[in-house]
Amino acid sequence: MRLLMKGNEAVMHGAIAAGCRAFFGYPITPASEIAEMASLLLPDVGGVFIPAESEIAAIQMLFGASSAGVRAMTASSGPGISLMQEGISYMAGALLPGVIVDVQRAGPGLGNLGVEQGDYHQVVKAGGHGCYKTPVFAPNSVQEMCDLTIHAFDVADRYRTPVMVLADGALGQMMEPVTITTSAAPEPEKPWAVTGTAQTRQNLITSILLEHEKQEMHITGLERTYAEIEKNEVRWEEVRTEDAEILIVAFGISSRIARAAVAMARAGGVRVGLLRPISLFPFPARRLRQLAGKVYAILVLELNNGQMVDDVRLHVAGITPVELMRRTGGMMPAAEEVAEALRKMEKECVGNQA
Amino acid sequence: MWEIKHSRSASFYDRFERKGGNTEITHYCPGCGHGVMQKLIAEAIDDFGIQDRAILVGPVGCSIFMYYYLDVGNISASHGRAPAVATGVKRARPEAVVFCYQGDGDLAAIGGNEILHAANRGESITVFFINNGIYGMTGGQMAPTTPLGQRTTTSPRGRSFEVEGPPMRMCELLATLDGPAYIERVALTNARQNMRARKAVRKALRNQVEGRGFSFVEILSPCPSGWKVPPEEANRWVEKYMVPVFPLQVFRDLDHSDRLPKGIDVSKGGGIPFAADPPVPAAEAPEGGSVARGTIGEEALTLSGFGGQGVLFAGMALAEGAMREGLEVTWIPSYGPEMRGGTAHCHLRLSRQPIASPWISRPTSLIAFNQPSIGKFAHAIQPGGLLLANASMVKEVPDRKDIRIVRIPSYEIASELGSAKSTNMVMLGAYLELTGAVDQESILAAFVEKGTRPGMLESNRRAIEAGRRAAVEAEQA
Amino acid sequence: MADRGDVIIAHHLCKGCRLCIVSCPAKVLEQGTALNQQGYCAALYRGSGCTGCGICFYVCPEPGAITVRVRKLGEGKPAA
Repeated sequence: MRLLMKGNEAVMHGAIAAGCRAFFGYPITPASEIAEMASLLLPDVGGVFIPAESEIAAIQMLFGASSAGVRAMTASSGPGISLMQEGISYMAGALLPGVIVDVQRAGPGLGNLGVEQGDYHQVVKAGGHGCYKTPVFAPNSVQEMCDLTIHAFDVADRYRTPVMVLADGALGQMMEPVTITTSAAPEPEKPWAVTGTAQTRQNLITSILLEHEKQEMHITGLERTYAEIEKNEVRWEEVRTEDAEILIVAFGISSRIARAAVAMARAGGVRVGLLRPISLFPFPARRLRQLAGKVYAILVLELNNGQMVDDVRLHVAGITPVELMRRTGGMMPAAEEVAEALRKMEKECVGNQA
Repeated sequence: MWEIKHSRSASFYDRFERKGGNTEITHYCPGCGHGVMQKLIAEAIDDFGIQDRAILVGPVGCSIFMYYYLDVGNISASHGRAPAVATGVKRARPEAVVFCYQGDGDLAAIGGNEILHAANRGESITVFFINNGIYGMTGGQMAPTTPLGQRTTTSPRGRSFEVEGPPMRMCELLATLDGPAYIERVALTNARQNMRARKAVRKALRNQVEGRGFSFVEILSPCPSGWKVPPEEANRWVEKYMVPVFPLQVFRDLDHSDRLPKGIDVSKGGGIPFAADPPVPAAEAPEGGSVARGTIGEEALTLSGFGGQGVLFAGMALAEGAMREGLEVTWIPSYGPEMRGGTAHCHLRLSRQPIASPWISRPTSLIAFNQPSIGKFAHAIQPGGLLLANASMVKEVPDRKDIRIVRIPSYEIASELGSAKSTNMVMLGAYLELTGAVDQESILAAFVEKGTRPGMLESNRRAIEAGRRAAVEAEQA
Repeated sequence: MADRGDVIIAHHLCKGCRLCIVSCPAKVLEQGTALNQQGYCAALYRGSGCTGCGICFYVCPEPGAITVRVRKLGEGKPAA
């Protein structure tokens, strides 16, 4: 059954389908509807919604519920995610699963409520302290707001790590038809949790390891987990890459603009393809390298000051020119402008080498 | 011939393996109040038979390593956040006995907000607040509870009202809230006071076992090392310098068993709203509008007006109807701090194909509810496109010969129908008439599914149809 | 008459803080002079006079340093 709903609403429908039974949230535009939906839907499935006193508290409530072995989540936007970074680091250190949704807005500081992707660095590069990472999934449709939230819960439990869903104000606020899926893997047993029973009495949830040797072993363990994640959890989408001479790389909502631009440029005879990373950590590095070897030039489209482009350049490693096209502050490039940039790129790069 | 009256509690580990080194002895300094408190807590856990159910949410501070000692479920929280963590734990596991143990830096400074709100929600948890007026673990810095005049490593001239402000009284602060059931302050100064502390500890834990609500015990506690005095003197120090600032008393003693916060109810397990619902069979499958029938391609519509004119809602209704015709739909609003009275617009794409960008830079149609919308969007309408203007508020339209311009006095029409609020439905009706993009019945069917009351449904239908007629008339004029 | 109580101080767990010594109503505890393995002069029971009141236990910060025993009911009384 298709339902028309906002991306923010779809997140919560997906979460409940995934077995999420606790949500701790603090209002912030443009993410508030997630908390509103949580407060509406969770009590009917025996779940709990708590309007937390701050994002700092919200993430710690999530820490607590997750310690107790329950699927739980929170959501916010950039300023709130900044406050949550403390708790995300603690969750990563304490091997606690949990889902955090970032519905980005423009920054830095209060910025504005417009659509921006400026949280890429703080979300993908682990914005908290210490040696950790979090898997990050970037939806680009309302359907994926639902599906990737479900997926995030599965990945979080499988690897005992906090997982982030990196959305933005457009995806949160826009409406599209959604089919609510139920295909989440069954929630695994959590023998490590502290649940107030004889079986779990001797369990300890902590992120402190005073002895340097043990801390290093712990971090090595995390690195092994991240290596597993890099092996198993890479996701991306390709559009018209089969014969592409120019590649555009974009994630989240900007990939929708890129997709429109690809169609326009193709209509004008430019052979352009789109690579959309769905998982930002792990980054689809291998596929990007393969494609980079086939195309003449790469255009990265971002709604920020150029953040993912660092990863693209890292993995392309200079074998193909990489250019950045970006808007910030809530400004949006028209698909026509992007198509024009692609045409120009083809003229300069393909023309030169042909 | 002897029986043991007092000995090491069973709720302590036999050996403190987690501590390493000398595993038989705590890491606390000689004469430290933490050791006494933890004995009192362990004894109460033994006596109430709750060792398996007990979960300690530990702090950052000297007692961060309480999990070395207490053989209960252990979670160590970040600095100050124990009440938030405990909230998550208790709501997730309502049967557990969840208690926080926090020092004064942890609870009164960095965690001030978390304790206030956990208390105010009346969480069914127990909080032990160890107040020794100092940051012990980091070497004796000034805390929010340091008495005036006391020298610390960060108040080397003595705490003064003028510079650092006066000490905070957490019991008194929390007692201004309705949430807590039990608040008491005790002190570890001598045997008699220690026994009062014992009683308070037991009451605070029993309250949770019996479901009586949020319990908070503040314990004035000696820190001989931090204060740089011998243990006996430290106890007298508490009496002399702390008790006058922090009076020992019961601040609250109520039974909140009828108003406990709700935790997760696992018995309500499975239901997933909507997901399991079978597809609703369309009673009368609408024929579909011109987009669904393929007589026009993608429709890219911008609706714009003042907040409160129902602009976003009209777009949503159209989107709902289109979805029911099997179309791909995107609806994206402007959103901002203005709830009413600001500007509002939304972009709507209707297509038989998957939709790439939800934004529209060149609309095929613009529905302009007010004059500013004309200035903002009318220039961008595609040649051959439609400008539908609300003539009640739009006085000037652009001089463009390459688009169709239709003006409808929608406010007057809606008012005549007795519902000025239906302006948006009048405009929607006119749009449907002019483009045929979506079948009117698909939209009305969506209203029915959404539970629109029959009176309102009829009113919407009349407004849509009046809009249609007005569009026909305007075209003929 | 035999003592009602008895106190056992685990020499190796005592940190020599003296709180038990100053709190004991019967004044039957004292500080030893030999250092234990932690480097503290542990408290000692003089060997008689304990009433089994338990105060030393409740002022002692160490979980296992002090054990207090009392004579089982009916014992310790002079034979009739």
